[in-house]
Formats: sequence, C-alpha cells, structure tokens
Amino acid sequence: MLDAGTILRRPFFWIVAAIIAAFAITPSIGQNVELREDLLLAAVYITLASNLNLILGYAGYVNFGSIVFFGLGGYFTVYFVSVLRWNLVAASLVGGIAVSVLAFVFGLGILRLRGAYFALATIGVNEAVQAFVTNFGPWGGGTGIYLSTELFMPLGGPAKALWIIYYALVGIMGLSLYLSFFIKISKFGLGLLAISGNEDAAAILGVPTPRYKAMVYCISAFLPAIAGGLYFFKSAFIQPSDAFDLNLSTEAIVTAMLGGQGTVIGPALGAYLYEELRGWLLTSDTFANFQLVISGALLLVIVLFAPGGLMGWLYRQWPTLKKVLE
Amino acid sequence: MKRFCVIALGVASGAILIASPAFAEDTITIGMTLSKTGSLNVDSVAEYKGSELWRDQVNKAGGIKIGNKHYMVKFVDYDDQSQGSRVQQLYTRLIVQDHAQFLFSPYSSGLTATAAVITEQYGKIMLDGGGAEGKIFELGNKYLFQCITAADHYLTGAIDALKEKTETASIAFVYSDDPFSKAVVAAARKQAAAAGFKEAMIESYPPSTTDFSPIINKIISSGADVFMGGGHYPDGATLARQLYDQRVKLKQTTILVAPDSPKFKSLGDASLDVTVPSQWEPAVTYKPDFGPTPKEFAKAYEDAFHTGVDYHAASGYIEGLLLQHAIEQAESIDAEKVAAQLNKMDVSTFFGKYKVATGAKDHGLQEAHQMVLAQWQKKNGELKLEMVWPDAAKTSDFVFAQR
Amino acid sequence: MTTMIGLFASLVDGLLVGSVYGLAAMGISLIWGVMDVINLTHGAMIVAGMFSLYLLVDTLGVPVYLTLPPIFIGGLIVGIALYWIAVHHMIGQPPLMSLLSTFAVNLVLIGLGTAKWGTVLFNVPVSLPGASIGRYTFPGTHIAAALLTAAIAFLLYLFLFHTRPGKAVRAVSGNREAAELVGIPTTRMLAFAFGLGVALACVSGMLIGTLFPFTVLSGDAYQLKSFVVTVLGGLGNPAGALIGGIAIGLFEGLTAPFIPVNWTLVFEFVLFVVVLIAFPGGLLSLRLPRRAG
Repeated sequence: MLDAGTILRRPFFWIVAAIIAAFAITPSIGQNVELREDLLLAAVYITLASNLNLILGYAGYVNFGSIVFFGLGGYFTVYFVSVLRWNLVAASLVGGIAVSVLAFVFGLGILRLRGAYFALATIGVNEAVQAFVTNFGPWGGGTGIYLSTELFMPLGGPAKALWIIYYALVGIMGLSLYLSFFIKISKFGLGLLAISGNEDAAAILGVPTPRYKAMVYCISAFLPAIAGGLYFFKSAFIQPSDAFDLNLSTEAIVTAMLGGQGTVIGPALGAYLYEELRGWLLTSDTFANFQLVISGALLLVIVLFAPGGLMGWLYRQWPTLKKVLE
Repeated sequence: MKRFCVIALGVASGAILIASPAFAEDTITIGMTLSKTGSLNVDSVAEYKGSELWRDQVNKAGGIKIGNKHYMVKFVDYDDQSQGSRVQQLYTRLIVQDHAQFLFSPYSSGLTATAAVITEQYGKIMLDGGGAEGKIFELGNKYLFQCITAADHYLTGAIDALKEKTETASIAFVYSDDPFSKAVVAAARKQAAAAGFKEAMIESYPPSTTDFSPIINKIISSGADVFMGGGHYPDGATLARQLYDQRVKLKQTTILVAPDSPKFKSLGDASLDVTVPSQWEPAVTYKPDFGPTPKEFAKAYEDAFHTGVDYHAASGYIEGLLLQHAIEQAESIDAEKVAAQLNKMDVSTFFGKYKVATGAKDHGLQEAHQMVLAQWQKKNGELKLEMVWPDAAKTSDFVFAQR
Repeated sequence: MTTMIGLFASLVDGLLVGSVYGLAAMGISLIWGVMDVINLTHGAMIVAGMFSLYLLVDTLGVPVYLTLPPIFIGGLIVGIALYWIAVHHMIGQPPLMSLLSTFAVNLVLIGLGTAKWGTVLFNVPVSLPGASIGRYTFPGTHIAAALLTAAIAFLLYLFLFHTRPGKAVRAVSGNREAAELVGIPTTRMLAFAFGLGVALACVSGMLIGTLFPFTVLSGDAYQLKSFVVTVLGGLGNPAGALIGGIAIGLFEGLTAPFIPVNWTLVFEFVLFVVVLIAFPGGLLSLRLPRRAG
C-alpha cells in the first residue's frame, strides 16, 4: 500500500532521487552548457518513454501517437505565453490540464478498441490533430508560432531562462519516474497489469477496466504535455511538423520496449541510452539516421525473442535486482 | 646512438618551437548548418558552395587582414536535414563546442528563425543569406543581419513586369504553407490589388505535396491567366511539371525559388516561359565597392564547381564577403564592433546593395537589395535563364504569352 | 466558380488516382485477411517499388511500364523473405506483435534507405498523351495507372477465385485448421500470400512513381493513406480496399474544388478514426454480411 514509510524504505525511491540529483548537478558544475543541452534532450526522451510506459507497459496498449500530447502541450503553452502573455508556469500547467482533458475526450472514443485497432487509431488521432493544427489560423497554421526574445525576460534573459527550463524539465522527468513507480506499486497499477494480461478476465474479476483505461490514458498525457510546453518555449518556435513528429512517438515506443516495458527504470534507461546514441550519430554524415536502423534491428530482436527488453534480461541474470531497480 | 637521437630530437623540437611563431595562424571559425539532405537540399547545397568559394579565395589571398594579423577562415558545418529540431541542437554545438565566432544561417526562413534563437542567446553574429521572411526580424534580434531581399519584395518585380504588359489580369496565388512563401504571397496580394489586378484564387498546400492536380483543376476553374506562387525546389519543380502536363493556359507563370536552380532545366519544355524572382543573376551590371564583379564571381564559381551558378550560390558568397568587409572595417573580431559595422554599412557589391534597418522592430532587415525577374527562354534551341526585368538590367525581352 | 465540367474533371481525376491508392491498400488488406497480420513494412515496400522503377528506368533503360512484371516478381520474393524473417513467429499471436515486428523491419529498411539515398527527391519523367475535356486535361499517366490497376485487380480476382493456389489461399484465411486437414501446405500458402501482398505494394509504388516525384520517406504518407482506405473498405477485404481507394479518390475530387486542399487531410483522418471506432468491419460491412473471424 502507498504510505510514506513503505515508499521511503524502498531503495528505488532513493535511486530515482539520485538520478534527479545527478541530472541537476553535473551540468551546473562549471556551467557546462553542452552537457546541459545533451541531458535536456535525454530528460525529454525519458519523460516521453516513462509516460508511454504507463499505457504500453502497464496496460498493454500500444500508443503509436503518444507524441500528440507533447505537441499539443507545446502549442497550448506557446500560445498562452505569446498571445495571452501568461507566465511560463501558469501556461504550462494549464496546458498540461487542457491536454489531459483532450486525452480524456479522445480516449472516450478510441479506448473501446483493442490491440492493433487501438494502435492504428492512435496514429489516426495524431495525424488528424496535426492536419487540423496545420490549418488552424490562431495557432499559426503551417508556419507555426515564433516567440520573441523579450518573452524570455521575465525569466532573467535567454541565458538564465535556459537553465531554469532545464531544471524544470529535470523535475518533470523525476515526477514521471515517481509517478510510474507509485502507480506500479499501487492497486491501480495492479489493475492495469491485469488488463494487460487478459482484459476480459480482469473485468470479470472486478477491475473497473473502462475507468482504469481512461485514467491511465489521461495521466499519461499530463507530464508529456508540460514537457512539450517547456521544450517548445525553449526552442522559441513551434510548427506542426516538429510538434507532431511521429518519429518521436516511434522512438518512445522503441526505447520503452528496449529498456524493458512494464518496469519503471527500463524505459528511462532505454531512452537515455538511445538519446546518447542518437546524439553521437547526429554529427556523422553517413550515419546520421542510423539510430533508426539500429533501434529497428534491436526492436525486432526484442519482439521476436526477448519481450522483456534490457531489464528483462538483467533480471534473469541477477534476480535480486528486481527488489532494487524497479 | 640512443643519446644522439634524444639530443637530435630535442634540438629539432626546439627549432620548431622557435620557428613556429612565424607560422602561427589565427583562425576565424564560422559555423553553419546546411541541408545536405532533406527537401531543401538543392538550394542549400548551392548556397554552401558559394560560401566555400569565398572562403577558398580569402584563404588563398592570405586570410582576413586585421592590422598585422592574418586570420584564415575555417568552416565547421553540419547537416540539419532540413529539420528545425536538429538546427537548435547543432547551432548550440557550433557555438559551445566548436567555438564558432560567427555563424551563417541555415537555408530557409523557418530554419533561420530557429537558429537565430540560439545565436541571439549567445550574442553571436549570424549572417542570413537564406531566410527571407521579415517576421524573424521583428523578434528583437540584435545580431542577425539579412543579406538578401526580404520576402515582402519577392514578387514586386513580377507584378511590375506584369503591369508593363497589361492593365488587367486575373492572378492565381498558390503557395506552399511555409513561413517564407506565406510572407511572400501575403505581401504580393496587396501589391497586386494596388496595381489593379484581380485575384482569381488564393490557396496554400502542404509543403510535401506531390499531387497538384486538385489544385490545378481549381486554377483552371478560376479562370486565372497568371500564376504566382510555389515554395522551394521540390514543390516548385513538381508544380511546373504538372501545370504543363495539364496544359493550363497561362500568360505568366511565376514560381518562387525553384526555377532559378540549373536543375530546373531538366524539366525540358515544362520549364519554358516560367519566370522566377531572383536575388541575383550572372548578367546583372552592379558595380561593386569591393570584391569581385558579377562576371568574375560567375566565372570563378563555374570554374571551381563545374556547374551553373544561381542566386543561392551568390547569396552564400555574399554572406562571407560582407562579414569580411565588416571585420576589416572594424579592425576586430569582437562581436559588438563587427555588429556596429554591419549596422552602418551602406555598400554595393556584385550581389547588389546592402543596408539593413536598425530600428527596434525590424533590426537587421535588408532594405536596399532588390530582386530581378528571370525567365527560361529558348535561344538557338537551347534553354537559357534570361533576365527580363527591370529594363535597365535585362538580357532579353519578357515573353508574355499563352503557353 | 467551378463549373459542372470542372467538378466532373475533378471527380474523374480523383477516381483515377484513387484507384492506385486502392491497389496499394489491397496489399495490406490481403495480408490482414489471410493471416491477421498488419504489415507495417507496407510503406517501405511502396518506396521499394518507386526506387526499383527509378533504377530500372534510369540505369538499365527499361521502358517505364515494362518494369511492372519484374517489380511484381521482385516484390513476391522479398515478401516471402520478409514473412520468414519477421512474421512467421508471430502467426497465432495477437496482431499487435506482428504489428511491432513489421514496424521494426520498416525502421531498418527506411533507415538504410535514407543512409543510401538521403531524402533527395527522385523523379521518373513519363510523358503520355492525355485526354482533354474543355480546358481540363487528364494526364496520360493517370489514365495508364488506373487501367493497369484495373487489370491487376482483375488478375488478382481470377487468381483467388479460379485457380488452385488462389483457392488454397482463401481456404487458409477462412479456416486454417480445416485447410491443413485437407492437405494444404498452410505455412507455404501464408508465405505466398504475404509475398503477394508485398508484391501489390511494390507495384502500386511503381505506378505512383510514374505519377509523382518521391523520396525514401514518401512511403509513410502512402502507407497512412493505405490504412485509411483499408479501414474504410474493411480490413481483410481486398475488393473493399479497391473500392475504398476509389471512394477516397472521389471524396478528394469532390471536396477539392470547394475547400482548401489542406482540409482534406483533416477529414480523411477524422473519418479514419471514426470508422475504426464505429465500423471496425469497414463501411462495406454495413450492407454485406460480416466476415467471420
């Protein structure tokens, strides 16, 4: 059960805290901007993968279009900040809530579908939203929205703002990991896992499946939306093709499965390793897109032979790890 | 034997150490991304080659001279794959890891805006030779300097040329839904209306469109006899081809960007009579205050790369030339001093005029440079890109007739 | 502004191009119907068809439309190979697993493709005399593509309903155990059916390559369109896929003269999601009896 005592005694709680501290402290030493940019992207990937894991790893539903939450969050925040002149905190929070509400609405429709149909429908939702935003005048249509530098002034100027946003994103990443952890050890999480195992059986045994599915779909939208808001504010420019890029959704799925879906640390680990690989390949002319080839090959191996991903393999080697690294 | 070697080594290193100051070179590092891949690749690579030509010429002449020192120019560049998300990461890397002192913009307005966010944050000067949209300059930037004509004036020439031929025309504006094309057409509509022309239709398409037949059918239905629009190379070229395949009867077809590339010739008959607003053509007669003449530039480029020259190559070259002049005038590579120079420069080069706005709401926007209008015509059985407007600069008469 | 002729021209062109989309969708539909597998390498296979067309025409100088047979056969072979690599293990498992495995293969193929050819635009210039009505012209390529699509669809019908192997394929999709009992080598039939689906994808890619320019990444857009079409026509129903393609084409042709081109995509995807939720058997299932399974 979820009480403070139990949680604080589980080693994993402290492991996550250590990760958050590492992310926050290492670039701050010597104001290492390069490392910060690198870790910022890693934090974003980890956030996306962890939240996707809630519905993919726990409930067993593959959300191919999870990026739609990130993009919509970005748009809401950028719009609130640039047009309505709200401050960043308010804008991103309200954006997160707005996206969760939208997720609830979409969910009402598509959560009745199972398996592959659901996966296809999530693609449809992402594409429909992208096509709609491309035509939506107030949000800049296909050209998107630019943020002027003066909007960074309330945060102390662009240079300082980048640091603040970084810490905020690290915080969101940390919250995602804790959220994933708490759900996993809660009754809610147990219900989700039951749904993933056999949904009809779970329903018969008393798990309120429609409600749980709707809840997890909404929850999985909230933090990515805020992350999107922060990320696109930092970029000072948002356009539909960047905001709703299916590739990012793909990468979230791949990293979550690579790392080990259904565990807490798995998706984070997968996302981190993948982002490092991608960053490393970024500047190589020949292999600039190779991270997709490699991840595709790895994904194939995992789907065919090792659905537990990296953590699944690690658990088999060292079973005691399960108690520490969840 | 061993001791002899060690001594010899010591003497040799000592000699090298003493001698090196004479060979020590300072370098100026210029960073940029280009679209080596992606939809913007044709135009971007041409622009890059132009910059390379400038760099090679400068280095061959001993580098940029400041006082007694000579600074060799070094480029560091990455492929942005025509994607905004990579641009920010790469420009941060260029500044922070590769220590670039100056930056050139990526190709296209959207990417330039994204890059500008980074360069402004670090206070680094960026020369914009590939982003024409004016909106970028309304965001309070201080270190961004536009070398090319802004989007608002892209189609001014086409409209003026049209006015010389006829009082009445019905124009179909069909453009790619990207920042640049949108800005161009928004301004052009107003100018067309002021000139008394009718607007037959106005519509945008997703930049990745390859099937234009629905839109082309609409153009036919609208009764337009003039077409203005397009986007960048892929969609522009495809539009030209499909307009031809569907035999649309137009008296004037003005397509942005694409027809200026030598590659456009490969469309054969589909390219005939298509006009393009151009930042620069080899036959212009600008007299430079410094740097090469138009003819010298064109020849040097063609000799170096064995390919035809277009305005993208010229804009790549001019980024370097203007930066060089500013550094030489400032006698420093300090960003503030060079920026002050770029702010006040009012000069003429092979590329045309350069003078930027310095107000708070449009700092860096190019005010003096002008476009010309070029048209693909058949001379002696061969397709050639001729300049047809303004009259002072033209190499051939504007063909205004039904295709 | 738009006259009746204009509307007619728009509809006809929509029909022509839509039929090619239908052909592309038939590949997905066939595979789905026979073995409950959603083939996400479909996009890559369409691109393979496009690039094969380009390479054959550009390097070997093969006349454009003669590339069709070799591309079909090539697709068949590649499809069978793909079956053994990514799909065989997944038969009988939930469709989600084969979705993911084919998705993984797609990543690899597209990644390799972009590494080799970047994202540069390729074009195969084909000029055929078109047909004109008034001021409107139907490009010859559109007409040729539609005719070839009709021919291929007809041949497929003949195969599935009037030949032994074809009937065997249908038997396997109906009831695998029964087919096995009757002595049909089901695994081989599944591999063959998968190959057939991929061959259809490749050929549709080839035809699309004669119409529009393409890049390594073009497959994604056509794959999405194929899904929209397939869902409309009913997953597992190849005839439905063809009709669905024509329906989408007509829909695009009908709306294009009146609304900005940008909005058609929105409608298509919303329609896609709605049909998935409300009519999982496709729109055709409203009239015809639902397929079992």
